[in-house]
Amino acid sequence: MSESRLYQIGTFGVGNRLLTPEDQTVQAGSDRPRSITRGHRACRGCGEALGARFVLDSAVRAAGRDLVTVNATGCLEVFSSPYPESAWQVPWLHSLFGNAPAVASGMAAGLKALGRETRVVGQAGDGGTVDIGFACLSGMFERDDDVLFVCYDNQGYMNTGVQRSGATPPAARTATTSELGDPPGARFGQGKFVPLIAMAHDIPYVATASVADLHDLERKVGRAMQLHGARYLHVLVPCPLGWAADSADTVRLARLATESGMFPLFEAERGEITAVTPIRRQVPVDDYLRLQGRYAHLFGEHPRPDLVRRIQAAADRNITRFGLRGAAS
Amino acid sequence: MNHPFAITLDVGTSRANHTGAWRTERPVYVSLRPPCAEGCPAGEDVREWLRDAEDGETGYERAWRRIMETNPFPAVMGRICYHPCESACNRGSLDEAVGINAVERFLGDEALRHRWSVTAVRPPSGRRALVVGAGPAGLSAAYHLARLGHDVTVADAAPEPGGMMRYGIPAYRLPRDVLDAEIERIVGLGVTLRLDSPVADLEAELHDGRFDAAFLAVGAQLGRRTYLPAGSAARVLDAVELLHDVSEGDRPLLGRRVAVYGGGNTAMDAARTVRRLGAEDAVVVYRRTRDRMPAHPSEVAEAEAEGVRFTWLSTVTDVDDDGLTIERMELDENGFPQPTGTFEHLAADSLVLALGQDTDLRFLDGMAGLESVDGVLSVDDTLMTGRPGLFAGGDMVPDVRSATYAVGHGRRAAASIDTWLRGELPGSDSPGEPATYDRLHTWYYTDAPRSHRPVLEAARRASTFDEVVRGLDAETALDEARRCLSCGTCFACDNCFGMCPDDAVIKTDDPAAPYVIDLDYCKGCGICAAECPAGAITMVREED
Repeated sequence: MSESRLYQIGTFGVGNRLLTPEDQTVQAGSDRPRSITRGHRACRGCGEALGARFVLDSAVRAAGRDLVTVNATGCLEVFSSPYPESAWQVPWLHSLFGNAPAVASGMAAGLKALGRETRVVGQAGDGGTVDIGFACLSGMFERDDDVLFVCYDNQGYMNTGVQRSGATPPAARTATTSELGDPPGARFGQGKFVPLIAMAHDIPYVATASVADLHDLERKVGRAMQLHGARYLHVLVPCPLGWAADSADTVRLARLATESGMFPLFEAERGEITAVTPIRRQVPVDDYLRLQGRYAHLFGEHPRPDLVRRIQAAADRNITRFGLRGAAS
Repeated sequence: MNHPFAITLDVGTSRANHTGAWRTERPVYVSLRPPCAEGCPAGEDVREWLRDAEDGETGYERAWRRIMETNPFPAVMGRICYHPCESACNRGSLDEAVGINAVERFLGDEALRHRWSVTAVRPPSGRRALVVGAGPAGLSAAYHLARLGHDVTVADAAPEPGGMMRYGIPAYRLPRDVLDAEIERIVGLGVTLRLDSPVADLEAELHDGRFDAAFLAVGAQLGRRTYLPAGSAARVLDAVELLHDVSEGDRPLLGRRVAVYGGGNTAMDAARTVRRLGAEDAVVVYRRTRDRMPAHPSEVAEAEAEGVRFTWLSTVTDVDDDGLTIERMELDENGFPQPTGTFEHLAADSLVLALGQDTDLRFLDGMAGLESVDGVLSVDDTLMTGRPGLFAGGDMVPDVRSATYAVGHGRRAAASIDTWLRGELPGSDSPGEPATYDRLHTWYYTDAPRSHRPVLEAARRASTFDEVVRGLDAETALDEARRCLSCGTCFACDNCFGMCPDDAVIKTDDPAAPYVIDLDYCKGCGICAAECPAGAITMVREED
């Protein structure tokens, strides 16, 4: 039989009947672990519910189902476990907002002491990672504890009513960064991009991923699970509620974030970047911003093209800095 | 009530929480009409047979059988069809249309190589049908009627079957062994072929042969003439006659310099044939411009590559001993050519007229109920003429004149005749919504440039009747099939299943409906519809 080089949708979609079994995603299988099952109370079109199932399903598969997880306070924790229901199909523990990395470290140490091979995954939103849990996280990195810590970044405290977090991007409107100020929305600061901070700890593995590129995300989880020690995965998960976007646009927004250069996809081992996912079809940041009500004040009756240009400049800097142009140029 | 401290309820699963109650819109799987099938005059379900072919070796026979449901000539059509499916193909808006015609030819040739054949789908009905004319329309009708169990006789005036496929289309476009093999397969279904048998008196034929129904498809065989004051020695002949003679093995003497008058596909066939017969100079004289020429652009390009010259904006006004007088034309604001009064002389040893063809309807003289307008026979939507039980199609009825349309007429007429023979009224099928380009999510498709069929080098084309356009090899044919976007139908890519944040899409084992929505949990976010590559999911408002 002749081998074709073409597979219609290749690896851009979730599945593809023309691919070999080893090229199929975990998500494409009817037997996927469904770490978070149906009936959870995430908002319609929730990117975090999607991202958490993507990550945990492949981690569970990689660990041969021998895996426990710790969750910081946040949307993911709240929507998956309203008493007495649970959507979790993996052993799951919630302690406090700020201590998830420390609890995960302790679990890993305890399991090791018991002689168990069980893998540990810590999870938090951007609030629990970038702000409140940051000290514990840095400690976990510094001690190189055997934990994969995953941040589902929806760029704000969405669970408590869309307040600004350290991961909220400039100019975005939140409940605490009004569009009425000048400049409107969140301030243009220095940013706090935890993947780069994690890399500064020289830990075995750091990667960014998005819910719009499943093959890329699953490959990164797979790589992280091959390694031991402190590993960090930062997943962009659009939030229809907090971003004031259409619930159907969740995956589209994640895609536009990477295709515009706003959110770079890369991996690093021991502090060195080892691979980037090049932009396939570059788009201006406009395409990304306009779908989101949190940026509506940049385009409305009193548009702020100056601020859009600053955002574009930040995206352009990412493209240069991480070498994202690759195939697209 | 044996709970730990401060615990009052048993642990439950979130599945108890039916989030489907939040929904205001629900996703519904749809199947939209793809533009390829829409554009196919033969009625082929192109998208579906391409999908079979995408499986490669294991799918080719299935794909071929699906073509054969509508068109008994895949190998012929894969060569001579002007592929309106490709002009309509949505991929044309993305990069370049899928090479549907090339894949069809590949499948047709595979079938001939493996000697795949088809059988009747219904037992003998005991009803008799006469088909007049063994061209693409007649043979297509005969094929479908025979498969439906009817006893079919095809009568044709010529010594060989095929009609214009044999006597009009030159061998460099359609090798005769391919044509013979596909006709052979139709005859193999039990069709009686009566050659050298012109039907002079249809009424008598129907009565004597005890036929219950008839399909007329005699084509348009008469070359149209124009008035030329030719008191000349220069030879004037018509293209239909020329192509007919050449296909029978004659090599008419035309001289070194030959002019062809007309701008249709027949003119291209004539000019390219003339080059092959040894004319050093073949020049096409056409009254309008290249972009207004009815000939298919691929024919014009191939003719040019073979050294055929073109004289645009010109009409022939006179023929004399050593050539033609042509008058220069100019296009008016409506695009019609108007004479300019400027004349030129064009040296030529002979002139071939390719000005269109007419149908010889004389064999219908005296039949009641028939009506003809502009030299073609009137038919209704079911292709039935004014006389009950008498159907007609192909070039002799008002429609586009091409072999593909003729094949489509044959199929439609066969369906109408079958219904009529069973004493029912033909129904009309209700067309669904079209799968337009804007319904697709083209991000998901792999960048894939089109593979083109290799062509015979021009130097060899000018002297032989060898086939010009070659077939794709298995690998490129498979690549080409896989460029199909499967517009408007689910092709089981798992995007909906994988991207549902609520795990509310369930995979089934039914290839016709690979997924169902679990409405107990679907919140109606619409991600599945937004991320479906093919536009095969639509969101529908829930009733209050």
